[in-house]
Amino acid sequence: MEEIIRVENLTHTYGEGTPFRRSAVEDMSLSVYRGEFLGIIGHTGSGKSTMIQHLNGLLKPTEGHIYLDGKDIWEEPKKIRDVRFRVGLVFQYPEYQLFEDTVYRDIAFGPTNMGLEKDEVDRRVRAAVRFAGLSEEVLDKSPFALSGGQKRRVAIAGVIAMEPEVLVLDEPTAGLDPKGRRELLANIQMYHKERGTTIVLVSHSMEEIAQNADRIVVLSDAHVLMSGTPREVFSHGDELLRAGLDVPQITRVAMALKEQGLAIDPAVYTVEELSRAILSLGKGGAVSC
Amino acid sequence: MLKDITLGQYFPGNTLAHRLDPRTKLMITILYIVALFSAHSIYAYVALIVTLLISVKVSGVGAKALLRGLKPVLFIIAFTAILNLFYTPGTELVHFWIFRITKEGVRTAVTMMARITLLIMGTFLLTYTTSPIHLTDGLESLLSPLKRLKLPVHELAMMMSIALRFIPTLIEETDKIMSAQKARGADFESGSIFQRAKALIPLLVPLFVSAFRRADELATAMECRCYHGGEGRTKLHVLRYAAKDYAVLAFYLMLAVGIIIFD
Repeated sequence: MEEIIRVENLTHTYGEGTPFRRSAVEDMSLSVYRGEFLGIIGHTGSGKSTMIQHLNGLLKPTEGHIYLDGKDIWEEPKKIRDVRFRVGLVFQYPEYQLFEDTVYRDIAFGPTNMGLEKDEVDRRVRAAVRFAGLSEEVLDKSPFALSGGQKRRVAIAGVIAMEPEVLVLDEPTAGLDPKGRRELLANIQMYHKERGTTIVLVSHSMEEIAQNADRIVVLSDAHVLMSGTPREVFSHGDELLRAGLDVPQITRVAMALKEQGLAIDPAVYTVEELSRAILSLGKGGAVSC
Repeated sequence: MLKDITLGQYFPGNTLAHRLDPRTKLMITILYIVALFSAHSIYAYVALIVTLLISVKVSGVGAKALLRGLKPVLFIIAFTAILNLFYTPGTELVHFWIFRITKEGVRTAVTMMARITLLIMGTFLLTYTTSPIHLTDGLESLLSPLKRLKLPVHELAMMMSIALRFIPTLIEETDKIMSAQKARGADFESGSIFQRAKALIPLLVPLFVSAFRRADELATAMECRCYHGGEGRTKLHVLRYAAKDYAVLAFYLMLAVGIIIFD
């Protein structure tokens, strides 16, 4: 697979020279491959948010390098804005960044900053609204008159409208109800499938990551704890639990069954997989409980 | 950039400066300012600088942090110094084209710079070593005689503590919104003054919206806990002067009185 972003020995220290000095990210290395759906997981304070702000050059590494398509993004600090258009970042609670008087103008903010023609901006705004799961009717409304979930979608559309090569989302479902979460993730998944955009989804919910990501990077205490396919990562379930992280509920069931002496792969993480595993056990007739 | 604004920030610690009664610290700050503005001679300034240095040393606040607090006012300091340098009449030192630098001008410029720097550092030391809660407690207690004049002292102190409490929050929020808009290609650093002012709209609108939202939430939270002002409220930490408070107070009183009388 082709590497699109490479993080190399990244360290970021906040509050250098004050009593609050703290390294949020320490000697972290990881890669993002073109076209993949990468899940980044870690509990609060593991350095996720700090790390992703380096991907589009919002934070400058204290030490280490970020490569985009093999080129160090800080090689030409004046062109850092171009990096921001290529790596779109949706912050946590992005609805608080809305400011325009209509939804249309707010979504058009990014593309307009890119210096695009009016027609192109219009096309992108309309496409982004669709991907974000909103109807075109909201375009003329004030963003402040929308519901919380809709505001969130408008803010995400604002980043999608820049048509970045990599879309990074920091906890996009935080504070939404279960239905809102499901729908939003489905929209992101649809966008990923249709456009082939590389997605980096940051979350602390294992379920969310397990159901969507092709590959997972687990962060813990400012370091990369492990990375791999969901199956590989969840096969280290006990290690995850020790790091204070969760495993998907299904994996938990599988782990418990395994502990009971059943020959079940503890790395399964979807209902279908587990039911298949249990059914195949029955066929073998080796149940002993 | 925004993180450099340290106004009202508290550096936790357990030094003598942190343990002093907030009223003492408020009073010595006032005494220090009075002394600062009555000082004329070089000896007085030396005494004031030494006092500040000792206070800084005792407080354990890093010199770096203290100097960083000075950054936002650097322009004002430079501006004052330059104005004084060129516009003070007196014995001429240098004269070129339309500029005249006088001996008195140099003297005023230097003293003004020292005065503003010491003033800011001294007051910053107060907020660095005193938590906002202690600060307002102290202020409320010092101002309590004014209650007899029907002045809403408790409410004022409360407003102040809320304002101080929310400065770091708002700075953090500003930083966050700024990052979010930068991620969408907003440019806060280049362009003409007009363009830059316009570039602030995407920052200020969300900031005001969230400030009002926070105010609303705080008001609701206070109502939920039946907050009703100062009448009949007791305190968790009752302020009491200790021997060290009297000693420090006496020292600063001597400094101020000494400078007023002899300088």
